[in-house]
Amino acid sequence: MKMIIAIIQPDRLDEVRSELYKAEVNLMTVSEVLGHGRQKGVTEVYRGVREMGNMLRKIRLEIAVNDNFVEPTLKALVKGARTGEVGDGKIFVMNLEQCLRIRTGETGGQAIG
Amino acid sequence: MDAINTVNAGDTAWVLISAALVMLMTPGLAFFYGGMVRRKNILGVLMQCFAALCVLSVMWVLFGYSLSFAPSSGFWGGLQWLGLKGVGAAPYADYAPTIPHLAFAAFQLMFAVITPALIVGAFAERMKFSAFMLFSVLWSLFVYYPVCHWVWGVGGWLKNMGVVDFAGGLVVHTTAGIAALVTTLAIGKRKNFAVHVPAPHNLPLVALGTGLLWFGWFGFNAGSALAANGVAANAFMTTNSAAASAGIVWSIMEWMRNGKPTVFGILTGTIAGLATVTPGAGFMNPLSAIIVGALASIFCYMAVSILKPRFGYDDSLDAFGVHGVGGMLGTILVGIFATKAVNAAGVDGAAYGNSHQLITQLTAVGIVFLYTLVVTTIIYKVIDLFVRVRVSEKEEVMGLDITQHRERAYTVLE
Repeated sequence: MKMIIAIIQPDRLDEVRSELYKAEVNLMTVSEVLGHGRQKGVTEVYRGVREMGNMLRKIRLEIAVNDNFVEPTLKALVKGARTGEVGDGKIFVMNLEQCLRIRTGETGGQAIG
Repeated sequence: MDAINTVNAGDTAWVLISAALVMLMTPGLAFFYGGMVRRKNILGVLMQCFAALCVLSVMWVLFGYSLSFAPSSGFWGGLQWLGLKGVGAAPYADYAPTIPHLAFAAFQLMFAVITPALIVGAFAERMKFSAFMLFSVLWSLFVYYPVCHWVWGVGGWLKNMGVVDFAGGLVVHTTAGIAALVTTLAIGKRKNFAVHVPAPHNLPLVALGTGLLWFGWFGFNAGSALAANGVAANAFMTTNSAAASAGIVWSIMEWMRNGKPTVFGILTGTIAGLATVTPGAGFMNPLSAIIVGALASIFCYMAVSILKPRFGYDDSLDAFGVHGVGGMLGTILVGIFATKAVNAAGVDGAAYGNSHQLITQLTAVGIVFLYTLVVTTIIYKVIDLFVRVRVSEKEEVMGLDITQHRERAYTVLE
């Protein structure tokens, strides 16, 4: 089992979700986060004072998958989120120790899908 | 005889307060629209409204008032009152015999300010700020000032034709509404509009804005009586009645079509009612106003939820669907519901045996519609030649607040 964490541009969320559903990945958690990459964000001005390096809003998706779904999920994420511009985002794949469905008590691969 | 002796304290107090009420409608509109856009664009809306308030106020004093109201049988008003020369404490009887001329000018100023601000709804979230400022100035000069002169100015040809517009259904809402239609088609749909229409980011702000607008509208309509009298009281009651009835009908239509009434719906409905009763507030009685409010919601609801999706234009905040449709409908309905029983200085409409007024009103709507359509298109195209009106795709994605103003409305960490 793996936990896939993707940080993407907020306006790509619709595309990404649509690609995920096509790949039959229907379960996910979405949150709004702040962050920046090497460009260190954007400059803002308040009454003449410049503030550099402020963070930009991003969307974070967390998707738990069985091993056989890792490739399709990554493909779908990239297809939906990629624009070729700086700021497209990153995906992290981590090992998942255990998963449990609260309502029924199922564990492991059963609980994921 | 000293003209100042005809000044009535009650009338003057009422008109000055009304002017202040109408001024409040511009920030009110800013929040009404602001709550409807995505959070990355609210400052864009606020800036457009406050900047318009500032620039158009100064323009009005310098030449706007003269070009709109100085007597003349020409395209614009005359130049006699440039810099408000000759406009002082003494009343100008042809406009308002019992209040200082300056009070009348101040009251009209607030109308000139809010009209371009209304158009903001059509191109929200994608117009460059510099282009908007140019647009407001040129549009005021070539659309608002002339139309205002034709309908309300001494020597105005539509006025001479017998057209009546109590508080701006034609001069304010129709012109702004048609300009909205033109600009929304010219600037194009927002990116991703086809995929999903963004939801309002802060409905409580929309509600706050609506409250301020409804409150201010008492100044807009009842103040247009230019006196503290029965006509003003009538306009007050018709204004409220149309808003209330429109709110109810919109909610009912939503309940039937969508299963539940929404806050966004009732707010939009009340504004539709207010816009539609505007040209007739001082000409019809409150019972007619209830009917007008109901019709406003029916027509505007159809414009917004049937016409717009069918034709697929992105009139983002329904400036055409509500103000445009409402203004035109209201101007025409005056031709039906006006009665001299309410306002002896007014007219009778079709419901009182005079069908001629209805024809006059329809003609006026047609003329103003065409004029505004053509001139707004020209203004837009000219500005687009010099300053690309629409922001770039990347700027649109990042949001107007950050790209046009280097500001963030809502800090996230502290």
